[in-house]
Amino acid sequence: MGSSIGSSIGIMINLTLADTHKGLKEKKFSSTELTQAYLDRIEKTDDKLNSYVTVTKEVALETAKKADAEGKFKSPVAGIPMNLKDIICTAGIKTTACSKILENYIPPYNADVWARLKNAGAVLLGKANTDQFAMGSSSETSYFGVTKNPWDPERVAGGSSGGPAASVAADQCVFAIGTDTGGSIRQPASLCSCVGLKVSYGRVPRYGVISYASSFDTIGPVTKTVEDAALVLNVIAGKSNNDSTTPDEPVPDYTSFLKTDLKGVKVGVPKEYFEGVEKETAEAISKGIETLKKLGAEVIEVSLPLTKYAIPTYYLLVKSEASTNMARYDGVKYGHTTDDAKELLEIYMKSRAEGFGDEVKRTIMIGTYALSAGYYDAFYLKAAKVRALMKQEYEDMFKKVDVLATPTSPFTAFKIGEKMDDPLSMYAADTLTVPAGICGLPGLSVPAGFDQNGLPIGLQLLANQYKEGNLFHVGHAFEQATDWHKKKPVIN
Amino acid sequence: MKLTADEVKHIAKLARLGITDEEVEKFSSQLSDILSHAKMLEEVDTENVEPIAQITGLKNVLFKDDKKDCEFTDELLKQSPQDVQDNMLKVKNVF
Repeated sequence: MGSSIGSSIGIMINLTLADTHKGLKEKKFSSTELTQAYLDRIEKTDDKLNSYVTVTKEVALETAKKADAEGKFKSPVAGIPMNLKDIICTAGIKTTACSKILENYIPPYNADVWARLKNAGAVLLGKANTDQFAMGSSSETSYFGVTKNPWDPERVAGGSSGGPAASVAADQCVFAIGTDTGGSIRQPASLCSCVGLKVSYGRVPRYGVISYASSFDTIGPVTKTVEDAALVLNVIAGKSNNDSTTPDEPVPDYTSFLKTDLKGVKVGVPKEYFEGVEKETAEAISKGIETLKKLGAEVIEVSLPLTKYAIPTYYLLVKSEASTNMARYDGVKYGHTTDDAKELLEIYMKSRAEGFGDEVKRTIMIGTYALSAGYYDAFYLKAAKVRALMKQEYEDMFKKVDVLATPTSPFTAFKIGEKMDDPLSMYAADTLTVPAGICGLPGLSVPAGFDQNGLPIGLQLLANQYKEGNLFHVGHAFEQATDWHKKKPVIN
Repeated sequence: MKLTADEVKHIAKLARLGITDEEVEKFSSQLSDILSHAKMLEEVDTENVEPIAQITGLKNVLFKDDKKDCEFTDELLKQSPQDVQDNMLKVKNVF
């Protein structure tokens, strides 16, 4: 009997969200059994990966018990064990931004995204690791240590949503919620071989999510399949009175876009997105594009000449916005405070010096400089104008094509420590993902192959604002025609 | 472009961020690299381009200007590491 339970648990935690939901509905297993299986999996594997910074065992089992008692599993996320990146506020549960300054912060309220999932019955397994305040591309800036890549523990899981991505890839949850400012969902999804969706700016309310760069930040799912991403987005998308930047745009049933035929679909391949890309990655993506062609898509080579300015535009604007967002951490209202201050100014200077990590300090410094008198025009304002031009360039492009297909990351997972002392080379990890952040576009990373070291490669699809449906259509068709998403890492 | 140690210290003070001498040195070189890289934006012709600070084009999103009670005044006050007196946070002297 013991072994048969063992194997059924093995199967249970391998399942997609769609299949897990079906299993719950058909009473093949209970939410309590499922939740316990995931908690066991976390306990067994997380000392190797460090995906979780907090595990909420009691809360999870309590929610699961309620879901079983109610027994209907109406929402596809009801009774489903999942996690949230630890910059999403959870009432009564620590939310640290993986920083020292918020190490013991317990929010009094829920983020909208969590309130929506919670109301639908989702089971919170815990809070997932991230670069400190989501600032980074490798999870290495986390105050609680790096998240390791499930495919090779000497390498990073990517970032900033490294915890969410690694936990999905390693079957430590059914799905996870991350945030994406310039690639923080798509890049780790690519490096860990899972599906990562960056939504259009404003599609999911930001209320209760710790801000990085407010005109860029988006919230979205990391999942095992494209269908799962559509199912989660159905629950979390839509206007909120708590966030005035969420538009009145209707929320369609995103699963209605999941088709396997690409006849009549125009796919643009922007040549700029292949410059400086590792050979094996470029080859895998070219093969992926061939697959789209075989499925009936019309593939057109296109050009987006402003792409090469995306990185400086992105970090000038994002670091500027971030430097103002970080001003709220003053050692007075909440979070860490210094015990070595005689006057108010010292509280600010010392609490921030003690509480922030290196990349956060660098962010504050760049942003403050770019916004300071004398440099504002040359840096911030200049970048805000280039942003306007880029937005126009992409809008024009999406009059010609339905989606763009590119690599997600210029390279596969890099070694831990490799880029830590060179911020510019770290920023380059985001080269292909920042344009969607700058222009508020949705983007999807889908597993598309492995390099000779067995490291995952992701295909990125981009669409016009609020055209997530196009991503689901093309992404699902691609996924159905390939087997990459079925490969699982072995955690030793 | 190269940022001097004094410029770095000035920026840190504007940002109310205490930094060590080692950090001054590190940031002066790293910030110089990053800002030099950003100089490439000068190549882009932005004459007559209106800068944008938001991306969806939403305008004048209004809500009713009603008075509302705060749901969690006590919880918020409890978050403060400073002493609380009559629902106010007590901080150190300004001078």
